[in-house]
Amino acid sequence: MTTSITGRSTIDDDPHDADRASTGRLGDRIFGGLATGSGLLVVAIVTLVGVFLLVQAVPSLMNNDANFLLSREWSPSGANPRFGIADLAWGTLVTSVIAMVIAVPLGVAVALFITQYAPRWLSRPAAATVDLLAAVPSIVYGFWGLNIAGQYFEPVAGLLQGALGWVPFLSDQNVSAKSTLAFAGVILAIMILPIVTAISREVFAQVPTTHKEGALALGATKWEMIRVAVLPYGKPGIISAAMLGLGRALGETLAVLILLSTLSPTKEWSFSIFNGGSTFASKIAGGASEFDTPQKTGAYIAAGLVLFVVTFLVNAAARIVIERRKAFSE
Amino acid sequence: MSTAQLDTTTPTTPPGTGSSPTRGLGERSGGRAAKDLLAKVVMWLAFAIAVVPLVWILGSTLVKGGHMLLEAQWWTNSQAGITSRREGGGAVHAIQGTLIQAVVTAVMSVPVGVLTAVYLVEYGRGRLARVVSFMVDILTGIPSIVAALFVYALWVTTFGFQRVAFAVTLALTLLMIPTVVRSTEEMLKLVPNELREASYALGVPKWKTIMKVVVPTAFSGIVTGILLGLARVMGETAPLIILGPYTKVIATDLFGGLMATLPTMINQDRTEALQPALDRVWGASLTLILLVFLLNLLGRFVGRFSKVKS
Repeated sequence: MTTSITGRSTIDDDPHDADRASTGRLGDRIFGGLATGSGLLVVAIVTLVGVFLLVQAVPSLMNNDANFLLSREWSPSGANPRFGIADLAWGTLVTSVIAMVIAVPLGVAVALFITQYAPRWLSRPAAATVDLLAAVPSIVYGFWGLNIAGQYFEPVAGLLQGALGWVPFLSDQNVSAKSTLAFAGVILAIMILPIVTAISREVFAQVPTTHKEGALALGATKWEMIRVAVLPYGKPGIISAAMLGLGRALGETLAVLILLSTLSPTKEWSFSIFNGGSTFASKIAGGASEFDTPQKTGAYIAAGLVLFVVTFLVNAAARIVIERRKAFSE
Repeated sequence: MSTAQLDTTTPTTPPGTGSSPTRGLGERSGGRAAKDLLAKVVMWLAFAIAVVPLVWILGSTLVKGGHMLLEAQWWTNSQAGITSRREGGGAVHAIQGTLIQAVVTAVMSVPVGVLTAVYLVEYGRGRLARVVSFMVDILTGIPSIVAALFVYALWVTTFGFQRVAFAVTLALTLLMIPTVVRSTEEMLKLVPNELREASYALGVPKWKTIMKVVVPTAFSGIVTGILLGLARVMGETAPLIILGPYTKVIATDLFGGLMATLPTMINQDRTEALQPALDRVWGASLTLILLVFLLNLLGRFVGRFSKVKS
């Protein structure tokens, strides 16, 4: 199939056949033009997002006295602005990785439960329940995490720090456990769980019954059947689910903003996940009230541009993985 | 299903129901059976773990915010003249703002989204279609904060306008378009090709075929997608923080002044240590969750009437 975009039968795949239906009447030309125009508008919007962010970030970046990629400072105002994204990149990386480490295995297991293990009556409600997690707004997650769930993370964090505090990643930084990167990662995991589950579920449901029956007929237990038939078939799906989840986690704003305690600029650098910090998104949202000069705004827009490029790459990679799977399964 | 699976003496069970006829291959070894059981336990546990946060978050919001929603003034009053120290007042200004912005967002994103889907399914061929489809995916992945920054760069920095409710709806539109495109696309693909061919055979032009045959057939599915997309953008807060500052009074002007919304109402009071303010945060949270759930339910309900099934 050359034009797999439509996924429809071959009748319309030949461009000449497709055009024959469109008769060149005024109505056809207007409607076709509108549809094509909308498609082009979408392309234009995405391009404009990149262009606008770039154009407004460049002047600030030119004035920047610090290394934008490596500096930990953030004082974008004044005659000699100094700002860099090292802290933001670290905070974003740590929270997203923690979210992935929790949400991907859990999401895959839940998807396996829904598609392979759940009794028929439970399967649909179970899927709907997990989907409902996506309906809770980000700001509610943050507020709930800080005021309700956070206190139960204290003993967990204390235990880890007590037993493994000598590992640089787990050292105690005197930050309240619910305001650490670690806990923000846990809340992010809950927030991306529905997307990881939904996509994995979709692929697992598509595993050809013949593959599964073949495994079972050879005497495999159910778990062995899943290992040899379901998981290999679903692997590209799991990878793209993980990447789409990552894309979501990278850009999640309010929950992280509410939870994380910002670091004082003088505090010594630490690799600990029990430290406070900021992510790209939380830094931008937190600075919303000080978008007063083009210089300052430009600094935040530069951070936004980096976030845009990173999520763009992650999502494009996820898309390529999905496409490749399609090519193989057809 | 599960018990039948461990029972090796039921070779008559049809395949695919989870049974494995292992007669003649020897008994299953204890280690393999144990692993199988362990996997099963882990899957059930995983689901249980996934349900905990949902129940917990709904439970705490209900317990802490429920009583706010039971007071009549919550649905009739705004917060005008009420300090965070004082109890009372309602959320009608925020609910109204959220609904107004949702409607305006839908009005802007639905035509673009549906037409783009029509283009992808009915017209798009070759490279351009692939580019459009790719861009829709990228738009799906754009973080809400980046969409908000883009609108800020366009609306405030470039055009020099104020931060107003309309700018918020522009950002929300960016976030809603891809959801509408994808769900509509799915539905249009499900419309049987025979319907289109029958229509063409009767000499109906392509655009009329799409308007009178294809879209009506997929209509309820499209509406479901729109409602789910709307539910998604309704809870978005990041664009509101950047573009739509909070106000305590009722406002309906999209182009001038401030307009309150539920997320900004939560954001306003969440930093207060005072009980009346915290009560309002929980109340507003519950109201917002209820609105989003209601839209979700409505979407799924409408989906039931779909003439095409996936």
